[in-house]
Amino acid sequence: MSLITYRQALHDTLRAEMLRDENVFLMGEEIGVFEGSYKITAGLLAEFGEKRVRDTPIAEEGFAGAAIGAAMLGLRPVVEMMTINFSMLALDQIVNHAAKIYGMFGGQARVPMVIRTPGGGGQQLGATHSQNIELYYSFVPGMKVVAPSTPADAKALLLAAIRDDDPVLFLENLALYNTKGEVPDDDTPAEIGRAAITRSGTDLTLIGYSRMANVASGVAAELADSDGLDIEVVDLRSLRPLDRDTIISSVRKTHAAVVLEDDWLTYGIGAEVAASISDGAFDDLDAPVRRVAMAEVPMPYAKPLETAALPSKDDVVGAIRQTLAAVGRRTAGV
Amino acid sequence: MATQARQRQRRTPAAAASGERLRQFYKDMLLIRRFEERAARAYTEALVGGYCHLNLGEEAAVVGLMGALKPTDYLFTNYREHGYALMRGIEPKKVMAELYGRVDGVSKGWGGSMHMFDVTHRLLGGYGIVGGQLPLATGAALAIDYKNQEDVVMCTLGDGTAAIGAFHESLNIAALWHLPIVFAVINNGLGMGTTVERSAAEPELYKRGAAYRMESARVDGSDPASVCEAAGKAIESARGGKPYLLEVVTERLRGHSVVDPAKYRSAEETERLKAHDILRVFGEKLAADGILDDDAIAGIEKEVADIVTEAADFAAASPHPDAGTLFDYTYASPVPNDSRRLPGQPLFEPLPLPGVPT
Repeated sequence: MSLITYRQALHDTLRAEMLRDENVFLMGEEIGVFEGSYKITAGLLAEFGEKRVRDTPIAEEGFAGAAIGAAMLGLRPVVEMMTINFSMLALDQIVNHAAKIYGMFGGQARVPMVIRTPGGGGQQLGATHSQNIELYYSFVPGMKVVAPSTPADAKALLLAAIRDDDPVLFLENLALYNTKGEVPDDDTPAEIGRAAITRSGTDLTLIGYSRMANVASGVAAELADSDGLDIEVVDLRSLRPLDRDTIISSVRKTHAAVVLEDDWLTYGIGAEVAASISDGAFDDLDAPVRRVAMAEVPMPYAKPLETAALPSKDDVVGAIRQTLAAVGRRTAGV
Repeated sequence: MATQARQRQRRTPAAAASGERLRQFYKDMLLIRRFEERAARAYTEALVGGYCHLNLGEEAAVVGLMGALKPTDYLFTNYREHGYALMRGIEPKKVMAELYGRVDGVSKGWGGSMHMFDVTHRLLGGYGIVGGQLPLATGAALAIDYKNQEDVVMCTLGDGTAAIGAFHESLNIAALWHLPIVFAVINNGLGMGTTVERSAAEPELYKRGAAYRMESARVDGSDPASVCEAAGKAIESARGGKPYLLEVVTERLRGHSVVDPAKYRSAEETERLKAHDILRVFGEKLAADGILDDDAIAGIEKEVADIVTEAADFAAASPHPDAGTLFDYTYASPVPNDSRRLPGQPLFEPLPLPGVPT
């Protein structure tokens, strides 16, 4: 075990995988000479050279597609999209090609590639640079989408993503890079498609992923101290496939759920989770499933407006209290 | 005098080899022609679904380009691809079975007309999205370079594709990184119903190579030997790490796809296309040069007709894919919690209500 940042965990894992397998190489804008916009790849160009740490032109569609083609011939490219906002320039290559090639050709070619990319707002980057559009990729059969919230998961899920034979969108978050946590020294990959119960409880199920999984843990701990509440926290970790069984068995135990996400409220990942709970635990619910998400606006630049648009800890606490109040009314027969 | 010259030519081994090669070109072009005509017929008989784009009029381009590739080189192409699949050496019956959507199809019935793939013949896909293959092909060339291999990638595209962003991005990356790839633009003059002049500010598409300091050339796509020679030069350049842009000027004999009556074309143009049908012109040239006579042409016709008939019979007899295989190809690495639900199936089976008899 070592106590390191999320950023360090990503860096160390990339390096270890490049040492382990010479077919693993990195591509992206500014990842080499500039050492990465968020310095995840710092030092790797010097260690591995230009062949394996490739600075690309500003051509998301071109280099994402090139990574897919290279993967078809057996390499294991790890692409860095500077932020998830820019991945939309590569949407055709990711959705129409990476996700389709295995199925469309009857299983004759695999696409073992990873696209690492951070989402997240709160940095005053305005409307085009603050989005959380992992939903676009989670919607697509053939894609796998993972979203680690801790340094340990950053390592374990990145190991899994690189060793997987399918295209994996690996969602990072700007607000998580400097967070610290214990990371195991062994290189056991996580299993893509499994959520984790990061806190056990009986009063309510709080569901989140990426940054909002951390918010969920923080709120659950605070409410345990302040109100003696016993909240169970589910960290989704994998958005596609979604581990519905873990969600449902938790809700069957707690009879109430609040879903947290950093993206827009409607049509989102939270909507999918809520619909799944409706399908799998309708008779167990004592209150409607609540979603806490971003306001449905293009993200403004001005700080007070940005803060108002983003889901806060207080928003989460409010939704939990209201949900538990609804549970109280119903279980009391009011 | 001319006859004597021809007779002299025929006596030399080089001329004999050249004659054999030209006869093979003719036979291959005829195979594509008759195969495509049969595909069109099968489409009208509702044996083939979806979109169906034919190589009619482009036979010399297809045959010439494919003739220059080694079997170990790779091809990425677009959705107008049946001829390319045949020329890569894939059995015609497997190509036809794919059109019919059957299990013996080259993509097991998962791809159809636009998405043929055969890893053993190094056809790494027909792609249905205009230009989707360009970044992929560039990446395949990157992998070849990464592994220090000698293979080359050929990436064919239509004239309309020269207008998309991925064209620029891919050619730029290929040139920057010295990748072993030939971009071959099949300029048939029309992107669906839009002429090159109406879609490209520089309609001489090969000149785009200059923007990337990439060598480029334009070749007459009605003559397979010229195409093959130009492609050979392009491939040689690519094998040496200098990517190449080759424009093959050809004509599309019919509509964009089988269902397009091409009403945007004038009657005069349609007449001209019929009068200058490249297959007939090439056959007449070979006859005039003494390389083919009427008997030989009839023999080739018969041979090709048999191949196409056999392909159609095979396709019709091949089973439809079993619906039970629907979830077989979503993921290559098995994954827990993968949705395998058919339409109408719930995410979770309803639980019995407590105290309510089921």
